[in-house]
Amino acid sequence: MISSILFSLILIFSILLFIRNCRKLYRNINLGKDINRSDNSNFRFKKMLRLAFGQSKMFDKPLVGILHFIVYVAFVLINIELLEIVMDGVLGTHRVLAPYLGSFYNFLIAFFELLAFAVIISVVIFWTRRNFLKIKRFISNDLKGWPKNDANYILYIEVVLMFLFLNMNATDQVLQNANYSYYGDYGSFPISSFLFPLYDNFEIASVVIIERASWWLHILGILFFLNYLYYSKHLHILLAFPNTYFSKIKSGGGFDNLDSVYKEVKAMLDPTGDPYSTNNTNQQVEKFGANDVFDLNWFQLLNAYTCTECGRCSSECPANQTGKLLSPRSIMMKTRDRLEEVGKNIDKNKVFKDDGKKLLNDYITKEELWACTTCNACVESCPIGIDPLSIIIDLRRYMVMEESSAPSEINNMMNNLENNGAPWPFNQQDRLNWINN
Amino acid sequence: MNIITIRELKDKGIEPEILFWVGCAGSFDDRAKRITKSFASLLNKAGVSFAVLGKEESCTGDPAKRAGNEFLFQMQAVSNIEVLNQYNFKKIVTTCPHCFNTLKNEYPELGGKYDVIHHTELLATLISEQKIKIDNSEFNGKKITFHDPCYLGRANKVYEPPRKLIESLNADLKEMKSCKEKGLCCGAGGAQMFKESEKGNKEINIKRTEEALDTKSEIIAAGCPFCNTMLTDGIKNKEMEDKVHVYDIAELLDKST
Repeated sequence: MISSILFSLILIFSILLFIRNCRKLYRNINLGKDINRSDNSNFRFKKMLRLAFGQSKMFDKPLVGILHFIVYVAFVLINIELLEIVMDGVLGTHRVLAPYLGSFYNFLIAFFELLAFAVIISVVIFWTRRNFLKIKRFISNDLKGWPKNDANYILYIEVVLMFLFLNMNATDQVLQNANYSYYGDYGSFPISSFLFPLYDNFEIASVVIIERASWWLHILGILFFLNYLYYSKHLHILLAFPNTYFSKIKSGGGFDNLDSVYKEVKAMLDPTGDPYSTNNTNQQVEKFGANDVFDLNWFQLLNAYTCTECGRCSSECPANQTGKLLSPRSIMMKTRDRLEEVGKNIDKNKVFKDDGKKLLNDYITKEELWACTTCNACVESCPIGIDPLSIIIDLRRYMVMEESSAPSEINNMMNNLENNGAPWPFNQQDRLNWINN
Repeated sequence: MNIITIRELKDKGIEPEILFWVGCAGSFDDRAKRITKSFASLLNKAGVSFAVLGKEESCTGDPAKRAGNEFLFQMQAVSNIEVLNQYNFKKIVTTCPHCFNTLKNEYPELGGKYDVIHHTELLATLISEQKIKIDNSEFNGKKITFHDPCYLGRANKVYEPPRKLIESLNADLKEMKSCKEKGLCCGAGGAQMFKESEKGNKEINIKRTEEALDTKSEIIAAGCPFCNTMLTDGIKNKEMEDKVHVYDIAELLDKST
């Protein structure tokens, strides 16, 4: 009875905490500007099924793809068992579903055990790859410190949870075999049976304690993990779905045309327009491009939270491959860091209070931004439709149109373009000279 | 060479099938001018009805847009669209993937809706329709590798037409380590062509040239005047200019017909 109440309180607390984090996440993402992504819902839905649900792009690297798929399937399916665990916790029962499901229950438990074992194997391989195989995207500088630890903590938590699940089953069956108390004859345990010998010399009372401890630690671990997500790169397990749904469906090479600029250009080129017109003075002049997270759109901010820092983008980036400072992954990580900082500022002050910092310069440097060739490799390589390039371009727009801080050669190019209609100093009248020389 | 402008045709009351958008590189860069000529010569050989804009053509605005100058880009785009909308034609063809991408993907929203194709797409069609016939290919059995321009390949998913053209020469097509979706940039895109690169441990064009040289090909085929420059520089840097040559696919085809 006490344990039921305790369990229910912990469960409610964890869920409330999770809801609180989700609301924060939603609020922060909505700090971005609006962008219409409600079109083509059928196409978007299919894209989501393919990329997020089917993980199609993960199989570009087949071994990693399969291992990742195992962990993902196991994560989803083992959560079915979670349903029973929560019911047991709240009702004070033990394996409450077993009598109803009969032999299917045995099948389910056996299947979950096999999955749990496959997860342990996969995670050990992931951990080895990440820490010992010197794979560039896992050892590069942008992962130093918390991001590297975060990645390992996730793997440790997963292994521990799977071990606790198996250990809970093993001890359960030891008690079942001893016909102890309410431990009825349920389940089939193809993997955890290998743990039996561990308990050969244990008193029954100790085994009960271990079984209960495993049960509690397992569910507490899951509730902890649920609330760890918000602070971790692991949010992709939830956000990959909306992120792929809302991802860009226009061809990769087509950048968005800024509406704010279009209005100005139209007005300038309109022969009937009055250049001294003061109609617009009441309207706030729109800022061109972005120098902080508020100027990005909500999809770009969703991207920042969705990024799981796998680094496929940076390993495909030509600038990154040739030792430049630019790393598309770090563009996403820095955008999230800044957004989190802004979010904490709002938590503290109710509304955002100027902290003298900006995404541009304080987080992302000009040297990074000017190294981009806009080749689109980062966008193409992301398994879940994140678009670092659009952030790079929005920051460049700010540098060029608001700050006029482009490198001098770029300014020369733009001057030529403005004066001669070509990026070089050639006369437009000479455009046909190629015919004769 | 017989090249006519679309203005001259309009004055005669004729509408061409194809508007050949030459592009700034194709008009002014000495190396790229040779590509323009080869392509125009192929169009003449195939009897394609085409015209150019000539002095009415101006930069699409691509380098300004990639550099972040949306204002300059849209000024270019809006005035180009005004020019283009005076004329009737079925398709625009470009030898530059940057012009191609901008016209195809960024002009429609600004009022310029055209059917835009890259010259390798048009040439592949002309080959399959047998309007261009490969005589006696001097590239028979030669190893040729193709460098995917980012704005043709990844950005617009045009991977096969250039490859079909190389195969039509009976050449031995060798793929580089990173190709198609994973093709490595030549280093020129995003307005990098016009500036020094940032500090690093290697130039991007050198890395790409190394990948091309790894295929042991005698010819690196390109489909973009900027990639062409970057790879030619790479070959010079490796002092391989006597053994390995960079050509546009249009040039290879022009030599074989």
